Amino acid sequence: MLETLYTWLLAPFVDFGFMRRALVACLALGLGAGPVGVLLMLRRMSLVGDAMSHAVLPGAAVGFLVAGLSLPAMGLGGLVVGLAVALLSGLVSRTTLVREDASFAGFYLTSLAAGVLLVSLRGSSVDLLHVLFGTILAIDPSALYLIAGIASLTLVLLALIYRPLVMECFDPGYLRAVGGRGYLYHVLFLLLVVLNLVAGFQSLGTLMAVGLMMLPAIAARFWAVSLPGMMLTAMLVAFVAGLIGLIVSFHLGVASGPAIVLSASGIYLLSFLFGRLGVLRQRRLRPHLAG
Amino acid sequence: MSHHPTRSVRGNSAPAPIRLDNVTLTYQRHPAVHHLSGCFEPGSLTAVIGPNGAGKSTLIKALAGSMVVGEGHIDRGGLSPRHYGYLPQAAEVDRSFPLSVFDTVAMGDWHRLGLFGGMKKGDVARVLAALDDVGLAGFEQRRISELSAGQFQRVLFARLMLQDAPVILLDEPFNAIDERTTQDLLQLIQRWHGQGRTLIAVLHDLRQVRRHFPQTLLLAREPIAWGETAWVIDDDALSRANMMTEHWQENAPSCAALAAQEPI
Repeated sequence: MLETLYTWLLAPFVDFGFMRRALVACLALGLGAGPVGVLLMLRRMSLVGDAMSHAVLPGAAVGFLVAGLSLPAMGLGGLVVGLAVALLSGLVSRTTLVREDASFAGFYLTSLAAGVLLVSLRGSSVDLLHVLFGTILAIDPSALYLIAGIASLTLVLLALIYRPLVMECFDPGYLRAVGGRGYLYHVLFLLLVVLNLVAGFQSLGTLMAVGLMMLPAIAARFWAVSLPGMMLTAMLVAFVAGLIGLIVSFHLGVASGPAIVLSASGIYLLSFLFGRLGVLRQRRLRPHLAG
Repeated sequence: MSHHPTRSVRGNSAPAPIRLDNVTLTYQRHPAVHHLSGCFEPGSLTAVIGPNGAGKSTLIKALAGSMVVGEGHIDRGGLSPRHYGYLPQAAEVDRSFPLSVFDTVAMGDWHRLGLFGGMKKGDVARVLAALDDVGLAGFEQRRISELSAGQFQRVLFARLMLQDAPVILLDEPFNAIDERTTQDLLQLIQRWHGQGRTLIAVLHDLRQVRRHFPQTLLLAREPIAWGETAWVIDDDALSRANMMTEHWQENAPSCAALAAQEPI
């Protein structure tokens, strides 16, 4: 019994260095992307994260064409393009009547098409698949440092701007009225979103990097009532999803990126059903309190 | 509600009047407020009334500094708009946000605590006292998502109280609020008035205005009347106000051009 458990759960990580690196990468991704995802969800920007993950493609593609499947090169390109799209959409929505989600859609579709075009110019379709879906099992130490660096930066920056950022999410008009520079925190937050998407590139691919950001965040909503509680839950869910996804992908020989994101989906579904604030517990009749 | 008549409040009374000099506020060049001049005296309690589309909220926004003054000038008596307390109409607040009542009210302390400042004993006590004052003692750990609309409005008033602003702007504070809550909050407004703060509130209920607000500005894009409430609220002024607002001329000529045409 114990032997079987060991073979299934621990042996892959004990025996193979690339599995250990992938696991550490998942842990770092969860630490950074978890809280960022929670804030995205609470700002009602869940789909903006998705749009953003498409928008970074041309930058990643240029990096890929120049340096191959190298996370630093692709990351840098993605960062530049992602920030440009975010700032331009923000600018359009703040200076005209077009809402931010609509201007985002405009920019990210343009960006996605340009990205696919760029990759198809030079690479084969296998290359395109690598960029789009990632290869977590080929993470080298330099990629690991980058991912861990981004996770650390995310946590430090979130700690620094936590108070005004929460105010800006909750009541932007109020922060403006008392003289807080809401736009500054909004931009810093968008920077964190792009950075964490970049961190997820190599492991999950540009398209699915947002999966490990949003799914744990939404699952957390069914467990925690406070904001810090939600962030911690999201981190935990992201890590567990990474662990399960890696084990499944190792034993079944399926691609790791989708396996990880689907594990997160599974946790989301279970949370929706059985979570403390999930649909079953909420429905169950319990005697109400006296007052 | 408890009462603290002797509670000392730092620099709460307004130092100087707020002067409006020929203020015109426009949306795409169409005026929402047209050539408004006048003055809110320090420590005055003014109701702004008028039909829908009369520019009441627009005026409040301009006073709060969240709208650019197109023409004319607002003299805030040396204060910056961020020293004003401002309660917008139906704030863009997400009431499902995972925050406690305590944290929400504590946001009123932003000007004291800033980015990193920790809350000391006195700050915590001030938050609890404010909650007590709005009739929500014991609610500090509740989630704001569990509150009713009236209770949430009380929370926003408590936050306003913590801001301790010398000038307070309220845009339709009693919309969709029941009678009891309205009465409680009106008492609070009276108390702020008694502390020498300048208060300007957009209201619709004329009975309320007559009973609680000494000054009234009747606005219908242009100022119809501004002064003692009893003098402003008469039937003649009200019917003129009703006639003057709702029309919108797509190709209205520029005001300056019209003035130039008129023979002197």
